[in-house]
Formats: sequence, C-alpha cells, structure tokens
Amino acid sequence: MKRMLMAAVAAGVLLAGAGAAKAEGELFLYNWSNYFPPDLLTRFEAETGIAVTLDVYDSNETMLAKLQAGAAGYDVIVPSGYMVAILIDEGLVQPIDTMSMPNGGLIVAPHDAPFFDPERKYSAPYMWGTTGVTYDSARVEGELEESWKEVFEPREELQGEIAMLNDEVEVYNAAAYYLGFDKCTESPEEAQAILDLLEAQKPHVKMYQSDGTIDRMIAGEVIMHHQWNGASHRTKNDLPTAVYVYPKEGITFWTDNFMVPADAPNPENAKRFIDWMLDPENVAVASNFTGYMNAIDGSAEFLDEALKANPAVNMPQEYADRLRPSIDCSVEARELRNRVWTRLKS
Amino acid sequence: MGAFVDLMRRSRPARVGALIAPAMLIIGIFMVLPLGLMAYVSILERGINGGVQWGVHTVEAYVAFLFEENLLGELSVNPDYIRIFARSFILSFVTMAICLTIGFPAAFYMALQPEKYRNLLIFLVTIPFWTNLLVRNYAWILMLRSNGLLNEALLGLGLIEEPIELLYTNVAITIGLVYSFLPFMVLPIYASLEKLDLRLVEAAFDLGANKRRAFLRVVVPLAMPGIAAGCILVFIPSLGAFVTPELLGGSKSMMIGNLIQSQFGAARNWPLGAALAFALLAIVLLAMMVYLMRFRRPPSAG
Repeated sequence: MKRMLMAAVAAGVLLAGAGAAKAEGELFLYNWSNYFPPDLLTRFEAETGIAVTLDVYDSNETMLAKLQAGAAGYDVIVPSGYMVAILIDEGLVQPIDTMSMPNGGLIVAPHDAPFFDPERKYSAPYMWGTTGVTYDSARVEGELEESWKEVFEPREELQGEIAMLNDEVEVYNAAAYYLGFDKCTESPEEAQAILDLLEAQKPHVKMYQSDGTIDRMIAGEVIMHHQWNGASHRTKNDLPTAVYVYPKEGITFWTDNFMVPADAPNPENAKRFIDWMLDPENVAVASNFTGYMNAIDGSAEFLDEALKANPAVNMPQEYADRLRPSIDCSVEARELRNRVWTRLKS
Repeated sequence: MGAFVDLMRRSRPARVGALIAPAMLIIGIFMVLPLGLMAYVSILERGINGGVQWGVHTVEAYVAFLFEENLLGELSVNPDYIRIFARSFILSFVTMAICLTIGFPAAFYMALQPEKYRNLLIFLVTIPFWTNLLVRNYAWILMLRSNGLLNEALLGLGLIEEPIELLYTNVAITIGLVYSFLPFMVLPIYASLEKLDLRLVEAAFDLGANKRRAFLRVVVPLAMPGIAAGCILVFIPSLGAFVTPELLGGSKSMMIGNLIQSQFGAARNWPLGAALAFALLAIVLLAMMVYLMRFRRPPSAG
C-alpha cells in the first residue's frame, strides 16, 4: 500500500503545483537555456516583488510539443518567429497587444511589424540574430571567401575541422541558400541535390552538435563552426581571432519573441514582465549577456563597447540584403527536409 | 475503516486482491497507460503543425516505416529507417558481446573472493552510477579526442606515430555503450555465480573432467540465468541509447533513439515517432519470445 500512497502523494503534489501557480506575485518563465542573465531576473524580482521561476528548453519544437501535450503553468515563453505563427494558429497563446504597452512604442522597425505577427498583437521582440559561420582566422591561410562554399566544399586545411549545428532546419536552409533553392522547396529533385551536397560534405564534418559551440571553438577542437552570431561573439571574447561570416548566398535571421500561453496562470504579471523587458536599459543587460541585438530604441547607449564593435552582432549595413527571414514551410517541404536529414544520418 | 479491516480478516480473495492491487496500479499507470496512449498516437493522422488530429485514424505511419511514396504515388521500399535499425542492433549486439567477454571473468573473479571482499567489490562496480550518465560521456570525450588522454598515452609510449581518430566514430559509440552498461552484465552474473556450490566443481574434477570441461559443463550452465539476464539488460537499453551516439558519435549517424527524438522534434511527426517506437518494441518482444521458446529449459534440467 505504501507505494500506492507514494504515487497518490506524487500526483497530489503535481496537481497542487499547478494550482499554486494561480497565487499572486508569481511568474513562470519558459525560455531557451543560457539565454537570460540571472542578475536581470533578480532585478525584476526586486523591482516588482514578483517571484520568477525559470524553466528551459533547447528547441522551439521541444517547447511546442510540451504545450501541445497540454503542459500548463507557463506565463511567458520565448519562441522564434516561425513558431510564433504556429502558436497563434494552434490557439495556444493569448493576445497581449504589445504596441499599446507603455514601452511598446520603443520597438524599432522592422521588428514592430514582423511577417509572423504583423500587428504585434500576440508577441513582443526579445533578441534577434543570424545563423552563420565562425572560423579561427589564425588557423587558416589568408582570408576565407564570404560564401557557404567554404563550408560545404571546404578547402583541404578545413577538411575534418568543421562542426555543423545538429539542427535539421539550419543545415538544410544553409545548403538551400548555397544551391540557390527556395528553402521551402517542394521539388524532390532540389531536395535530392541538397542531399547530395550534404552527403559530399559529411566526410569533412567532424560532428553535428548544437551544444557547447563556444567551448569547442575556444578549445580549438574545430577550426570552423556553423554558429549563431551571439555565440560567435561570446567565442570572440576568448578567441580574438574568431571571425563571423555573412555568406553572400544568404543567411537566416531570426527573432525570438515573448508570448503568453493561452492558459497562463498569471497573465497580468506576464504582461508586466514583457513591458519591463521592452525598457531600453533592461533589454541592454540581456543583450550584453546573450551577445544578440535587441529591437528597442535607445538601448544602444547601455550596450558594451565590445558588442557594438563586433560586426557579428552589430551587422554592417552592406550585409542587410543577405538576410533571409526564418519561416515555416509546408508539410510537403518539411517532409522532404526530414527525409534528407534522416538519409544523411542513416 | 473497520469494515475494511474486517473484510481483510475474513476473506482470503480480498486479501490477495489488496496485496496485488499496488503492483497492478503501478503497472497500469506507469506502463499500460503510456504505452496504450503511444499505440493510439501511432495510428492517428499527424497535425499540420505537429501533434496529432484526435479521432482521425490512419496506418500511414506504419507504411512510412517501410515504404516511401514516389512522385507517381507508387510505393517503394525505404531503406533509411531499416538501416538505422540495423545499425542499432549491430552496435547493441557488439556491446553485449564485449560486456559478456569482460563481465563474465570479472563476475567469476568476484564470486571466488572471500566473503568480506565481495561486498567491497560490488560497491566498486556500482560507483559509476553515482555520477550522471551525461557527465560520464563527456569524460569519455576528453579521453578519446585527438589530443586526449588515450592518444597522448599511446604517443608517449611510442606505439603510434600520430593521433588516431577515435572520437565521433562507431568505435567511440561502442566504447561508450560498453562502459555505460557493463555493470548490468556483471551484477546478474555475479548473483548467479555467488550461489555456485564449489563442491560441484570438485566433483567434476573427481569424475575426470579437466579445467576447461568443468568450466564449460558445470560453471557456465549454472551461471546461465545470470548470463541471460545480463545480456537482456545490456542489449535492450543499448538499443534505445540516445545520449551516447549524440555525444561520442558526434551525431554523424543516428541510432533508433535519435530517430524517434527527431520525429517528435524537428520533423513534428508524432505518429511516425510512435510507430517507430512500436516497431522497435515488436522486434524486441519477438526476439525475446524466440529466445525463450528455443533456449528455456525447466530449471531442474540445468
């Protein structure tokens, strides 16, 4: 009987946990891992008296799967742009009317009207960045071309010294840019060409890994890493010879956004938190920590000099036309993409 | 409460029922219910944005496991999933064989020690469990990488000229799996050998058996239940290994665990993920049934 009692107690605790979240003065934040400065949370708690509990995830899909499976109890989530559209479509989030918040007017264009939520009715911007490539210039002769060619058809000194993100979408998109295809292609021939390119590249790839990209570069385990620009900036802090490349064929840019789930236990606290994070000084602290740019007017004066001086973060204007938005593809396109990925690793 | 106690006192079936109930509840809640749910998900239509469409049934996921549809709507055999399954089975089998080769002598040695040392040895075998599997896999990265402990040692001894590529290969995955699951082989074999009556071995010698014969005809058969349990305990968790291929294999080739994870993750195809898990379950159950029918003999015949 003791074990059944234990099970009953455990179930009771879980239920009670969901109920307790309704109490005043709490906020449950569900964010990417290592993506929010702990000091800033403490500051928010001190200023508002709201106690924050943080839970983390490693991909948009993990978060989506959890919400779809019925996980309740989160007040603020931080999905990327394409996932914002899906969450709205699935009815998993509630409107928050960001533009009418006290700090809503500080959001700079084009982040005030993104394709995934044109009126910013459901979402507020947190950070935005790009997914490009970092290499250690000290270990390469001369300068590399600003092209995906260096990644997919690497010169001899880079062969076996490349790490790719273990991310089906990012790897596939980069290959599609290089070959000049639509990344949401529904053509099996184009998908086949992408597969051929990735299979030819695979012997030169040391590993596919999304965790620990910064440490791997600093330790010199690889010379080149498919990487997010904020991670590239943090790499450069310890490895000054690290160079971030904006490939000329195109580079994905993404925005991560605050949203409030439909069944959030503390929606008012959630909105208060979001507005607080639209404050230039607060969001600058987050930028300094993550190494990514925010979308708030007036935050520049609070940013670290190193951040402003690094082209990986503070993108030179001439690269602007290389940016490609991160979008969600049709079921057919996703099917092709997953088949390419599975075959690559089968 | 009084009536309950009274019932318990009077009725034997009620007592038996009450004693079985906790076990049934645990099996029901923690095994049958989740498995049933997954079985149901595997025959549902996938949702456009992930998840499933409740109430819309299809066996598409099971068809997709074996076949793919070309542009003309014709089905042809899809080798990808089968290849991933085959790799997982081969790696798991090799892992099991190596664990047995190392684990049996270790367990035999432990069982032959004086009683007071045995507990210490068991204690030593279980020490790795004190640390998280993830951390231990990271430790292997440090040992296996090109400027890692192993290569430095081999270079220092002059055995090799330049570092050998170990990390991010199937060899690294196998090393990681053997390391992770070895205790599951040693402990059951030890448990069956510990009870071994050494007088039986002496009797074998008296009746003219040499060492090899006594070992093969007396010790091994008596250890068989432990060997079988150890093999199962190593083989099946290896099949579902997820962290080791990711970290030590560098995610260059998938095992079944990674494939299922990708279906629930980036592919957003829950039914296929559930169907893959059930295909695995079916294969394992089938193999176990064949094993039981083929090899199981009544204990007295041992």
